[in-house]
Amino acid sequence: MRALPVGDGALLVEVASGEEAQALHAELLRRRAEGSLSVREIVPAARTVLLDGLADPARLASELTATQLPPTPPRTHDVVELPVRYDGPDLADVAALWGVGEAEVARIHASTEFRVAFCGFAPGFGYLAGLPSRYDVPRRATPRTAVPAGSVGLAGPYTGVYPRSSPGGWQLIGTTDAVLWDHARVPAALLSPGTRVRFVPVGPVGPVGAP
Amino acid sequence: MTDRALSVVRAGALTTVQDRGRPGHAHLGVPHSGALDGPAAELANRLVGNRPEAAVLETTLNGCAVRPRSTVTVAVAGAPCRVTVDGRPVAWGAPVRVPAGALLDVGAAVSGVRSYVAVSGGVAVEPVLCSRSTDLLSGLGPPPLTDGTVLPLGSPEVPHARVDVAPQPAPPAELVLRVTAGPRDDWFTAEAVRTFTSRVYRVSSASNRIGLRTEGPALERARSGELPSEGMVLGAVQVPPDGRPVVFLADHPTTGGYPVIAVVRAADLPAAAQAVPGTPVRFVAVRRR
Repeated sequence: MRALPVGDGALLVEVASGEEAQALHAELLRRRAEGSLSVREIVPAARTVLLDGLADPARLASELTATQLPPTPPRTHDVVELPVRYDGPDLADVAALWGVGEAEVARIHASTEFRVAFCGFAPGFGYLAGLPSRYDVPRRATPRTAVPAGSVGLAGPYTGVYPRSSPGGWQLIGTTDAVLWDHARVPAALLSPGTRVRFVPVGPVGPVGAP
Repeated sequence: MTDRALSVVRAGALTTVQDRGRPGHAHLGVPHSGALDGPAAELANRLVGNRPEAAVLETTLNGCAVRPRSTVTVAVAGAPCRVTVDGRPVAWGAPVRVPAGALLDVGAAVSGVRSYVAVSGGVAVEPVLCSRSTDLLSGLGPPPLTDGTVLPLGSPEVPHARVDVAPQPAPPAELVLRVTAGPRDDWFTAEAVRTFTSRVYRVSSASNRIGLRTEGPALERARSGELPSEGMVLGAVQVPPDGRPVVFLADHPTTGGYPVIAVVRAADLPAAAQAVPGTPVRFVAVRRR
């Protein structure tokens, strides 16, 4: 673990893997909840956790680097189930990249338990980790100018669901009617870092309108 | 609708509602947002008797014009500009009474970029995650003003300040930004790090509420490959593949994958909000406190 100072009041804690980042994130949330850590933002990411709004970053840095993390993050969340139609326009491309049929893509995806590694890109957009690394896929060479809200996509090691229509380069394999973000709801975000997620298939597999 | 409201007659190039933003939600991908020149927004609020966190209007370069439905006190701070009520010049940087139905025109910035218009009672649009700020990156908060928009106002709490004019810093002729190194300065060559803190950049016209973009010598990376996405702070100086530093402002993304060579001191960011395109920028290395 390495703690890099960021400006005068923040710390970027870097670890070796996504799993370690999740464990560190859980530990920092635990410390904040028990009152031993005072911080404005705790922002987990792929290999790091950013702590922003610290009174004494240097002291926390030396404390943290002496900390032994629990090997696996505790399972503190219930599983959020997202109904999904595996009807995305890139389903055939993903099937080709994985070397399986389209129905098998749906089966593999729906039988995986995901965990929100971090959020970003847009409010409520979670980067869901859980697929084995052999299923990593590249982004599309040319991003789409408009990806519809509810699109379920893959990029690199992650799965994500677009909370609202936006440009995007992820490989789209399906669609969900779940509302990922509603600022009038409490909490506004359906998914937050650490949330466990399962996709529950509904309807037939294959792109809309395909023969 | 109640008569505690403002009708927008001329929205200007980009006028948004801003307060102190919505901190504490970065882990959900929600940007901080809020007034770019916070001290100017708070001064305008104090002048009209509002709490410092009341929502104000933030204009961009060419001001705006509004018509209150009831008599209000307003104050314009930030970028200096001509202010008129029904065509008659009134004070900038001081409380001004605007009668019901009169036209308040906040003119083009004489210098600087963003003027702040506080109205007694504050702009009372519905808050989102405890803030009324327009966030141009994520689309949270009210949309930018358009001609004909009607904005509700809150009720005034205390009388306005009894001052003639309040002192304010002049917009910068040269923008000096103090920076502390890192966290990813090791992604750049030693030459690039020297270039960054010794050469002069200029504010690019592509700057916006998300970031102050610069033109100047490109900064060369010492390593290839991609940095996995990581959390970003206000004032982070991110260097995209074109090598030109971008200073993250209030609507910046909460995570990003380009290396951050340094971070600007928070106290220097209000001046960055007022630097017009073409303004020389110097990044000055300082030690961490």
